[in-house]
Amino acid sequence: MKLAEANPPVALSLPVAKTPAKPPKLIAQHGRTLILAVGVVVLFAAGVLLGSYTVTIPDFFRILAAHFTGGPKIPGASFIVMENKLPRAVIGTMIGAAFGLSGGLFQTMLRNPLASPDVIGISYGASAAAVTAIVVFGASGPAVSGAALGGALVIAALIYAISRGSLGSGGRSSGGGEAAGSRLILAGVGIAAALHAFVSFLMTRADIRTAADALVWLNGSLNSASWDRAGVLALALLVLIPAVAVLAGPLRILELGDDTASGLGVRVGTTRLAVVASAVVLAAVATAAAGPVAFVAFLAGPIARRFVRKASLPASALTGALIVLTADYFAANIAPLLLDGTVLPVGVVTGALGAPFLLWLLVTSNRKDA
Amino acid sequence: MASLHASALTLKYDQRTVIEGLSAGIPEGRVTMIVGANACGKSTLLRGLSRLLKPAAGTVTLDGKDIHSRPAREVARILGLLPQHPTAPDGITVRDLVGRGRYPHQGFFRSWSAEDERAVQDALTATETLDLAPRNVDELSGGQRQRVWIAMALAQETEVLLLDEPTTYLDLAHQVEVLDLITDLNRRRGTTVAIVLHDLNLAARYADHVIAMKAGRIVAEGSSLEVVTEGLVRDVFGLESRVVPDPVSGTPLIIPLGRHHAGSPHTVPTTLELVS
Repeated sequence: MKLAEANPPVALSLPVAKTPAKPPKLIAQHGRTLILAVGVVVLFAAGVLLGSYTVTIPDFFRILAAHFTGGPKIPGASFIVMENKLPRAVIGTMIGAAFGLSGGLFQTMLRNPLASPDVIGISYGASAAAVTAIVVFGASGPAVSGAALGGALVIAALIYAISRGSLGSGGRSSGGGEAAGSRLILAGVGIAAALHAFVSFLMTRADIRTAADALVWLNGSLNSASWDRAGVLALALLVLIPAVAVLAGPLRILELGDDTASGLGVRVGTTRLAVVASAVVLAAVATAAAGPVAFVAFLAGPIARRFVRKASLPASALTGALIVLTADYFAANIAPLLLDGTVLPVGVVTGALGAPFLLWLLVTSNRKDA
Repeated sequence: MASLHASALTLKYDQRTVIEGLSAGIPEGRVTMIVGANACGKSTLLRGLSRLLKPAAGTVTLDGKDIHSRPAREVARILGLLPQHPTAPDGITVRDLVGRGRYPHQGFFRSWSAEDERAVQDALTATETLDLAPRNVDELSGGQRQRVWIAMALAQETEVLLLDEPTTYLDLAHQVEVLDLITDLNRRRGTTVAIVLHDLNLAARYADHVIAMKAGRIVAEGSSLEVVTEGLVRDVFGLESRVVPDPVSGTPLIIPLGRHHAGSPHTVPTTLELVS
């Protein structure tokens, strides 16, 4: 007490160094995020304008103007752009961003690159429900999307409940968050395996044509992209992206460990639940729109992190969009040239990218930790 | 000034009661050391005081108000905490990490203010980590890293600061450096400090106030001269020892007897003579 009176709590009397100019690294990081954004725009344009049916830029704007003003349409081109190429690119961008953001949220919160919705079983929840709808109930279109959405949410809730023992309440050790993270991942991987078996079982029971439909859905595809789906997806993202923007602040603090975050005034349990919920819904709506496009959520975060040299949610979202647009361009335009006209589902391409990337990640991250 | 009190506090992990009906106050503007054997509940008490652990019964009050009924951020502007094992995100720079200590002071649409910049600069200067500011936290040595975490807690600019074993894993020189730094903070800003510390000798030297705990209870409380005695060391740690005046500071210095070297009590004055 006496000490305090003698020395009132003033700021340290040491000389305050002049505020330095923003370090150039910061600008470089934003610059790199900007490069990703430009990349998304370029690939979006490439997907719409180039490929097996090429549209010139003036024609594209003429088609767009005609669509909204009801002016004269360009025969053929108008239909292909407005009903196929444009919705496909729009949905591709949105699901890529949603998967990227979802993966980035999980990976940042659980501090583990394996923690992405496609690894921890959430996508399998969507798949199992969608395949059940297709095979058992003969559903198609929006019903399948609805089933996928429901399946993802139910399985996510189940995984969360299993791992919750240490997630919600403050465990004794300050590593409680990490322990809870591994529990969540393990629970998810276990459930994913069970659901995988269930999907395989359904596929063996289905007749060959239904099985083919289910298989296309399981691979994740933009072939059935439509404006209806784009609209629903856009509406969902309009709610989810601002929610994520609000959560990004406390999430940055949660990265310092649960105890430190509590000390800094973050409500750890509430924030964690909100982050999990947003990430799950993001993955679920994206899966409902285009199927479980393999590994996008898993790849986007780590690639973004290496590219901008720090964990960044906007960069994860942009990288996700970039991966889907690139893979779809390849699947729709380049694969047919190589494979006698077979148009691959986009998920086959991202899946093929995923395995080698996982190995690369394991090898390089081991080296770094050592 | 902020005052931190526990009254009739009971703290549990699940069903296991660690502390029952404990009352204590952290004296304002002073350095309090909480000492005790392993598993005596000293870290648990700190977790309770810093609201990491919700009391099963009783209350912890900050300026007379229950800390669990106040908004988390409001409490975080007054009460800071450095936990035992904080985790640094991969690739984070020192400046970025220290800047995160400003979180409770920033608004909903948080923008980095000149005030935040000044607080970070002060914290870096005080902990002599200004040179490290652009570096990655992963690249630092243990001692540097601990200084950076303390800088983060300083940037929070709270009137009360709780630290859970801030010297663990540090060599003796760095332990002294960290405790000197915390003492500077207390003397310059008048910050109320409470530290859980293992090393009884260092605790006795740096404490204005000592709280000694055993089996979830406070067994002695007061200045280190009053509290740290041969009887207390026997009672709390089950250790036979000689307690002599620290030749540098005059505070109690505990010399354990052990089973092998406790032959002659005459060695005690000799030690003192040698030093002086």
